[in-house]
Amino acid sequence: MNKKSEKIAKLVFCLAACTSVLAVAVICIFLFAGGLPAIKEIGVSEFLFGTVWKPKNNIYGILPMIAGSIYVTAGAILIGVPVGILTAVFLSNFCPKRLYNFIKPLTELMAGIPSVVYGFFGLVVMVPFVRDAFGGKGSSMLTASLLLGIMILPTIIGVSEAAIKAVPDKYYQGALALGATHERSVFFAVLPAAKSGIMAGIVLGIGRAIGETMAVIMVAGNQARMPKGLLKGVRTMTSNIVLEMGYAADLHREALIATGVVLFVFILIINLIFAMLKEADNK
Amino acid sequence: MKSKKDLLSIVLKMLVLVSAALTVGVIVLIIWHIFVNGVPNLSRDLFDWKYNSENVSLLPALINTLIMTLISLLIAVPIGVFAAVFLVEYSSQGSRLVKIIRITAETLSGIPSIVYGLFGLLFFVTALKWGMSLLAGSCTVALMILPLIMRTTEEALLAVPKTFREGSFGLGAGRLRTVFCIVLPSALPGIMAGIILATGRIAGETAALMYTAGTVAQVPVGKDFLFDSTRTLAVHMYSLSSEGLYVDKAYATAFVLLVMVMCINTLSSFMAKKFGGNNTNG
Repeated sequence: MNKKSEKIAKLVFCLAACTSVLAVAVICIFLFAGGLPAIKEIGVSEFLFGTVWKPKNNIYGILPMIAGSIYVTAGAILIGVPVGILTAVFLSNFCPKRLYNFIKPLTELMAGIPSVVYGFFGLVVMVPFVRDAFGGKGSSMLTASLLLGIMILPTIIGVSEAAIKAVPDKYYQGALALGATHERSVFFAVLPAAKSGIMAGIVLGIGRAIGETMAVIMVAGNQARMPKGLLKGVRTMTSNIVLEMGYAADLHREALIATGVVLFVFILIINLIFAMLKEADNK
Repeated sequence: MKSKKDLLSIVLKMLVLVSAALTVGVIVLIIWHIFVNGVPNLSRDLFDWKYNSENVSLLPALINTLIMTLISLLIAVPIGVFAAVFLVEYSSQGSRLVKIIRITAETLSGIPSIVYGLFGLLFFVTALKWGMSLLAGSCTVALMILPLIMRTTEEALLAVPKTFREGSFGLGAGRLRTVFCIVLPSALPGIMAGIILATGRIAGETAALMYTAGTVAQVPVGKDFLFDSTRTLAVHMYSLSSEGLYVDKAYATAFVLLVMVMCINTLSSFMAKKFGGNNTNG
């Protein structure tokens, strides 16, 4: 191999690596260029804080969808985080090895199940269940939160377990030596030490939940109005885009792209928090 | 530690056990439900060549999924692997460029699929005038799996011992030859595990494809097949269940999709385990 081919190779590798930079730049440019004019035309505060979404009358307020996304995500966190963290504690500190070899692959499999399959399961099992158990139509904020809570479990479990396992063994042993029980040692010595890693997992879960689309569409009811209660339907930003993009034109279409821009900004903020937490964890 | 436990310890232990049981219960319930209702609804006519409203055959969608996976991998794998080679073999870890590349790759992996779908619609479908097509869909998912391939390849490359490279350099090989003849072959199982994982991601993708590849349930043929609209199995699954007319068929389709993804993921973690025990899922 001569010098020249080495140089060319390095250039090729470098260009490939820069693809991700280019991709993020192009995504930002196209999304913002596609959405910002609509926000400008509608008016920033009318768009972000308007409570009415009626494309037929040219009224585009996406507050119902922003609220819908936030409520559903909050519900998912309330359900998924405790269960996820406790399961991670089980896997790392309470689980016999043979059982671990069964449960761990199961949670990994859970991460791989496509969101349409989750959505379908929600539609045929959870919607009737919620309808029978709590009343209402079944397609509701509660159903969506439950389903999303299940869907973010593998994320929370995976990241939390890694964080707990990274805590030095001497924390646990020290607590035991001071007379604490196994449970107390795990919960009051090990878990606090894994705090920032677990937080990173939660933030990642929030990102997953707020960006989830297909599963939410299938169980949330999708009424474009301000959320009215746990058992009433909601529409999230993601479902707003998918539901109406098929037939939207002109300003309506741009307003949908602008909804995507708002979602994108949410995600960027969440990613930033995640990166900061991870940094803190590494120190 | 056999002394009597206090109340708090017992409560904590119960909570842990209940949560773990809940998690396992939910996964098993989902898989069991789809299996039990899917298997009896599998029939020959689901695998017919033609899709129409009487027979919502899933075969065209299945074939489309395979074609789309192939095209996206052809685009994303070389770029992703080369990018990882650059990060691991060619650059110093502290450099500014490497930092930016890492941040952007992480950003890419955090973007939800619907945002990719919107971008694909704006860029590939509209700006490049490809229309809703196989190619536009493939390029969109290729972008989506790029960070995954980069990360898994990077891990696989880092797991190759330094001595391999030093040995190669010592024998007089250049950097390029070392990469292609020594490092990449030994990292191959890890890279493959990442590629298979990405395949699973593509097979399950819906939101990014609905407005980039479209929903036509036909296998594209002819010389312009790259620019034909196609639906993949996951999109097909969504159409079936949202139309509400074919619940039986939807169960069967969900079963096929689930089995496919399960096989793919098992294969991936098997390869990853065989290679180094590093987990690439998650």
